Amino acid sequence: MAKPKIAFFDFAGCEGDQLQIANLEERLLDILGHVEVVSFREVVTGHSDDYDVAFVEGSITRPEDEIRLKEIRKNAKVLVALGACAAIGGINCLKNFMAENVYREEVYGGSARWFPTYAARPLKSVVKVDAEVPGCPIDPVEFARITKELLQGRAPWIPDFPVCVECKQAGNVCRYEMGKMCLGIITRAGCKAACVTEGAHCWGCRGLVPGANLDAARIVMDRAGSDRKATQDLLRFFLGDTGAAL
Amino acid sequence: MAKTPAAKPAVKKEAAKAKKSPATPISVPAKVAGPKKVHVHYLTRVEGHGNIVVDVEADGRVSTCRWEVPEAPRFFEAMLIGRDYKDVHHIVSRICGICAIGHQLASLQATEDALNINVSEQTHILRRLALHAENLQSHLLHIAYLVLPDLMGVDSILPLATTHKDAVLKFIAARRVSNEFSRLICGRTTHPQRMTPGGFTMFPTTEQLETLRGMLTDALSNLDFAVDFFSGIMDKFPKFERPTEYIGLVSPSEYAMYWGEIGSSTDERRPVRQYRNITREYMIPTSTAKWTKNQGESYMVGALARFNLNAEHLLPKAAAAAKKLGLKKGCTNPYLITIAQLVECVHTVEDSLQLTDELLARGIRDEAPAKASIAAGRGAGAVEVPRGILFHAYEYDEHGRIFQADCVIPTNQNHGNIQKDLDALVPLLSGLSEKEMELRLSMLVRAYDPCISCSTHFIDARGLDDQKPSMVQFNYKK
Repeated sequence: MAKPKIAFFDFAGCEGDQLQIANLEERLLDILGHVEVVSFREVVTGHSDDYDVAFVEGSITRPEDEIRLKEIRKNAKVLVALGACAAIGGINCLKNFMAENVYREEVYGGSARWFPTYAARPLKSVVKVDAEVPGCPIDPVEFARITKELLQGRAPWIPDFPVCVECKQAGNVCRYEMGKMCLGIITRAGCKAACVTEGAHCWGCRGLVPGANLDAARIVMDRAGSDRKATQDLLRFFLGDTGAAL
Repeated sequence: MAKTPAAKPAVKKEAAKAKKSPATPISVPAKVAGPKKVHVHYLTRVEGHGNIVVDVEADGRVSTCRWEVPEAPRFFEAMLIGRDYKDVHHIVSRICGICAIGHQLASLQATEDALNINVSEQTHILRRLALHAENLQSHLLHIAYLVLPDLMGVDSILPLATTHKDAVLKFIAARRVSNEFSRLICGRTTHPQRMTPGGFTMFPTTEQLETLRGMLTDALSNLDFAVDFFSGIMDKFPKFERPTEYIGLVSPSEYAMYWGEIGSSTDERRPVRQYRNITREYMIPTSTAKWTKNQGESYMVGALARFNLNAEHLLPKAAAAAKKLGLKKGCTNPYLITIAQLVECVHTVEDSLQLTDELLARGIRDEAPAKASIAAGRGAGAVEVPRGILFHAYEYDEHGRIFQADCVIPTNQNHGNIQKDLDALVPLLSGLSEKEMELRLSMLVRAYDPCISCSTHFIDARGLDDQKPSMVQFNYKK
């Protein structure tokens, strides 16, 4: 049987997710034994439009990106959003809360009109996305598992419960007990509460957990003494394209 | 592309022309083989999107020679406006997946400078280690995964895993150490969470530091192998010399990576806060990234610039590696940036071993981050990241929120130099086939290890000069 052909593409993003894949090191070689990589610009020279699975990183931020993404969608049997920028819009959506002339001129000054741009958005607002590998950055182990499930022809599973579940398992003290803010209460698990464990708090990079109760979350944050500006900052960090952002 | 039959007579014609008028002042290379076209759309094995567009006419005249950067702009400096000082380094981290730690460090330096936060000695040591871990990781990725395939005549590292299995496994092993190194100090290799204004939120244990020392010692032997391996294939690097201005951090006491003054091979030293006098950003229509120039038409930053400015401060094993590889201070061949990176890898591991020993001798303390005194102010930071000197400069308002921000990225500083190198190189290559030309030109750009997603958000730092803090002058450049 011919090996499935896979390809990697990127739009506006930091390419940190493809780096996570390169960081699989020896395990990457194992995965590569089962597939044929026809396009991986960051690591391999050569490109082909004949592929089965397309992994796409980054957000859509300008009209011309849509044309390229639709082309990828047409060629691919399965399209996978890789990382927060692709899956939920992520950090690129911060600019969506500013007037376009402000952010353009802030960066490019008087030459602001040279380059096209529009509100940043996830892939799913342009094409059908078959699966996602969430997170900023993605977890390489989860990527390997999802890829395996896709290659076996199964619909990949990602956790449908909030980060709090894994955070308890990790033995962390709840950030709210410490008088701090945290988005673990509404964020999809699967990261083993990595940021909380490292002494920070959950930023929401894996997107909203299905059925997230946003009203309740805001009440929890209000009660914990967060001012509205701080709550807004946190909800816009990664969740700017969701209903959570204020 | 193979030579077309039609191209052959053109050669003869050209040669005949050249014979007839030997005194022609126009520098027509002897071996021009008809018009040539090298259009590389989305150069591979670099981070981000870049195009090389070169057209050589039948008479050898170069009609087009462009390095284009069509990456989607991301507007980070604008996205920082109004953000709290505690979140800023987490946002800028997302500028680049490869240099996330470097962005965090430059950002923290700028924030701490602006808000008068004084961090502990232990924090400095840990941050130096974090920077080393990332530089090592990025350099090894570039040397082994991105550059080595060209030298071995293949299109990626994958075929080398079969033909040069031993070498590839050693490179991978060294890279695994760099990743693990990063994990032990920062908690994660990409967008780490432990660093915060004033210090760290979590610390490696004594046992982890001892493990790290063992791993770094092992890495040294793998790097010895790498140095031997590369010293055997030095002839595969193209010969091309073009002197330029070299800019990087300098320090009287060390091979400056973590802090220092801004040094130049042709200009005076400057404190970091005066970085805008050096970077002078400008824009061109074919690039969403900004370009820079200082004394000359362009300047270079990165491993070769650092080596040329600081070689005498290399630690002994790194100095020995440079000698073995034949890399000498004053090197003007941009293809050898990769070799300077390899020398830096050795230095990085040596210095990390010393820092780890120092931490173990001091004993690691679980200390709270230093407090900020929130008041309006501005500050700047600079660190040497894999691709060169990185500047972040911020102005904060009285609530500790960003009023304006400026980040100057190494790759932006190199774009102009890449263009000037291409301008000088293309006429020398016009005797080669299109395929060979494409390879040489791609290799040149790859040597710079451009990090293009990094470079496309930057900026106009209005008013962050050394004057007293004043709230805001919206004076856009041009």
